[in-house]
Amino acid sequence: MVGIAAWGAYAPRLRLSRKAVTEANAWVAPNLRAKAKGERAMANWDEDALTMAVEAARDALGPDDDRSAVDALYFASTTAPFVDRQNAGIVAAALTLEKAIASTDVTGSQRCGLAALGQALAAVQGGAAKRALVATGEHRRARAASSQELDNGDGAAAFVISAEAGAAEFLGRGSITDDFVDHFRGADSEFDYGWEERWIRDEGIVKLVPPAIRQALEVSGLSASDVSHFCFPSTFAGMAASLAKTIGIAPEAVRDNLALTLGEAGCAHGPLMLAHALEQAKPGEIVLVAQFGQGAEALVFRAGGDIGDRRPARGVTGSLADRKIEDNYLKFLTFNGLVEWDKGMRAEKDNKTALTTLYRNQDQILGLVGGRCRETGVVQFPRTRISVAPNNPAVDTQEPYRFAERKASVLSYSADYLTFSMSPPNHYGMIVFEGGGRIMMDITDVEQGEVDSGLPVKMVFRIKDVDEKRGFTRYFWKAAPDRAAIANTALAAE
Amino acid sequence: MAKGIRDKVAILGMGCSKFGERWDAGPDDLMVEAYIEAMADAGIEPSQLDAAWFSTHVDELGTGKGGTPLSIALRLPNIAVTRVENFCASGSEAFRGAVYAVAAGAADIAIAVGVEKLKDTGYGGLPVGNPGTLMPQIIPNGSAPGNFAQLASAYRAKHGVSREDLKRAIAHVSVKSHANGAKNKKAHLQKAVTEEQVLNAPMIAEPLGLFDCCGVSDGAAAAIVTTPEIARALGKKNLTMVKALQLSVSNGYESQYNGWDGSHFHTARIAAGKAYREAGIERPREQISMMEVHDCFSITELVTMEDLFISPEGQGWRDVLEGFYDADGGLPCQIDGGLKCFGHPIGASGLRMLYEMYLQLQGRAGERQLKDPVFGMTHNLGGAPASNVCSVAIIGQEGA
Repeated sequence: MVGIAAWGAYAPRLRLSRKAVTEANAWVAPNLRAKAKGERAMANWDEDALTMAVEAARDALGPDDDRSAVDALYFASTTAPFVDRQNAGIVAAALTLEKAIASTDVTGSQRCGLAALGQALAAVQGGAAKRALVATGEHRRARAASSQELDNGDGAAAFVISAEAGAAEFLGRGSITDDFVDHFRGADSEFDYGWEERWIRDEGIVKLVPPAIRQALEVSGLSASDVSHFCFPSTFAGMAASLAKTIGIAPEAVRDNLALTLGEAGCAHGPLMLAHALEQAKPGEIVLVAQFGQGAEALVFRAGGDIGDRRPARGVTGSLADRKIEDNYLKFLTFNGLVEWDKGMRAEKDNKTALTTLYRNQDQILGLVGGRCRETGVVQFPRTRISVAPNNPAVDTQEPYRFAERKASVLSYSADYLTFSMSPPNHYGMIVFEGGGRIMMDITDVEQGEVDSGLPVKMVFRIKDVDEKRGFTRYFWKAAPDRAAIANTALAAE
Repeated sequence: MAKGIRDKVAILGMGCSKFGERWDAGPDDLMVEAYIEAMADAGIEPSQLDAAWFSTHVDELGTGKGGTPLSIALRLPNIAVTRVENFCASGSEAFRGAVYAVAAGAADIAIAVGVEKLKDTGYGGLPVGNPGTLMPQIIPNGSAPGNFAQLASAYRAKHGVSREDLKRAIAHVSVKSHANGAKNKKAHLQKAVTEEQVLNAPMIAEPLGLFDCCGVSDGAAAAIVTTPEIARALGKKNLTMVKALQLSVSNGYESQYNGWDGSHFHTARIAAGKAYREAGIERPREQISMMEVHDCFSITELVTMEDLFISPEGQGWRDVLEGFYDADGGLPCQIDGGLKCFGHPIGASGLRMLYEMYLQLQGRAGERQLKDPVFGMTHNLGGAPASNVCSVAIIGQEGA
């Protein structure tokens, strides 16, 4: 019984107010006022498709350090940071997956998130993998004052696929492949180029999606009326409802496409809607997810008996709740590289990455793996040949010790206005971990005045620096306020 | 314990350039300025120098690596020149080298010269350093004020001091140094400021505002050292003697081991304890006459008062507010204006601090002169609180 054993989701905390965007652009694009409703998820400057996918995967995998059960990884995105460097490899290193896993990047169309999920299900079904992790993330860029800028959202979803499904049993898949070019982005292009919406809707979605869905239902031995949750992302209002009517899916099964709360996260959006549906599905309910893109992909699941116990710590529900409105459209443009701005002389330093150093310290930099002294039990970061334990400088006694999932708090901090930062002031400080160890690190996703000694924080995988000269993105871990822990502490104090 | 350096070496002469925005001068000009004064003070010829120690931190700003920049600027007679670098303690490190050479008998007369030319970066503050290939992938993109500012949150947390009280206490640190610097023609900043000005200044790195940060300055300082016997033979009386030279360097304890609370300098306590033992000082709060400490930021100076065992732990902020460290207080600190106002050309600072202590001990500090000082202490910190080098030096009257 192959299916979904666990799932997770991630949306960045920042939500760009669409009203702020349309008001700023009204002088040039008054027609966009019709799209002024709601908000869209906006990646922080240090987030991209890959970091968000890692966070969604961590949500799916849970806080357990042992990830040795995962033997295959699929990373899906159309906005991956590297075109020729396996992005899945970075995801694997961040998650401290075993070197022996199979891994691949899946890309090239808006349905590649679901395609990756389908491939993972097939791999487990066929015995090629025992426990596959699918992580999809999208950080979509659009020109300023375009409708895509308002429609898009940034986000990620992840699934663990295994033969002991648990959460949701996989019933069937339908695929259509057709080079219907509704939009495209060439290898050297920064932005998508799209064709007329009416043609896309009437000749593309309406004609190509239903066959995929019907095929998936047929393979599953179900009829359309059996579907309790129909997930179909589209920026065309009412598109999912219209498809449901065509196919015979009950109108009440059509799920909120999160347009007003998150925007559309490209190839990660079908997976995000699926994750959201799983969080609300009752045992036995049928969940159907489909997505369009040079054809279509459709997958059918049945919620398992204990689906309620499998809900991730964050999920889509948690992601929707953790939000901060951003009214500063200029900040959005700046974070997305859409304005030339004066970064000052302090930003002139060269961020060239020594690839030798990165590789030699891969588990430390990408996986946040430090050391634990076998003799003294002292935990430290970084791991070094001689233990930091005072009065016992034991040599070569360190074993790997993972920090990423540990609870932590701020020992000392500053908010620095002097140094270059994409989001000044630059918060950083000494972070101490429960169970030992400390790291001087950046603090991200933080409001001014929020940080002080003792603040509970959690580790998040983020962009450290971007080497614009060579096009290299450097990743490391940062501390972010652990707002759930803060809320719990506040409750306990009452 | 080793016998130490106490009373083995005397300061023969010292010199110090005008500190400040020296648009008119390169590092070589500044070195010459300090050197000429020191040589005249010592009353010797270049041919009498046996060895030289040269300290500079940011060689990228044209000072250069190796020993040649000093040797060429001063036209030294092909003697040994050793370049040293130990962050902000570089000047003290150069002094240590020269003193040790004399104490060892390897040199009769040695000179230490420190210099830094910071105002050629094109902006205020220190230049962005290059910490190698690994650390930039891990450590925050921070600044010196951001690193040192962290002492404040940890100090408040440990001692239960309110934001407002601590902000006012560190403001007083700066008000005091500005008042002192106003009496010093060689200081970079020579203007007094009010507490309101300090409290309302633009934020640099929380909770440090503009006036909580020391001057980024150009400058050079020099010391010529010899044995007491040679000094006397050269006609010197009222010798200023080296009493203690200690250096303590972080080994990762602060940055990697959870024993450190972030509110103080672990190395400073070690170096201070050793320096007092070396100098034979048992009650520093009473016995030390004056000091120049590493006030790169106001919060640094405040916690240093406790690290040097002058103020009781957790009470330094009260001593500061009560004026104990003011020029007319119990233990005057930063009589020349400190790094805050005299300025902080990194490679020169340790020697600049000794210069003021030396002038005071010689009774030549003009309108800043304190009454009958016996021991003068200098203290340098380099790096950042979680990973630093700390030097403590004590000089004093002969026979004290």
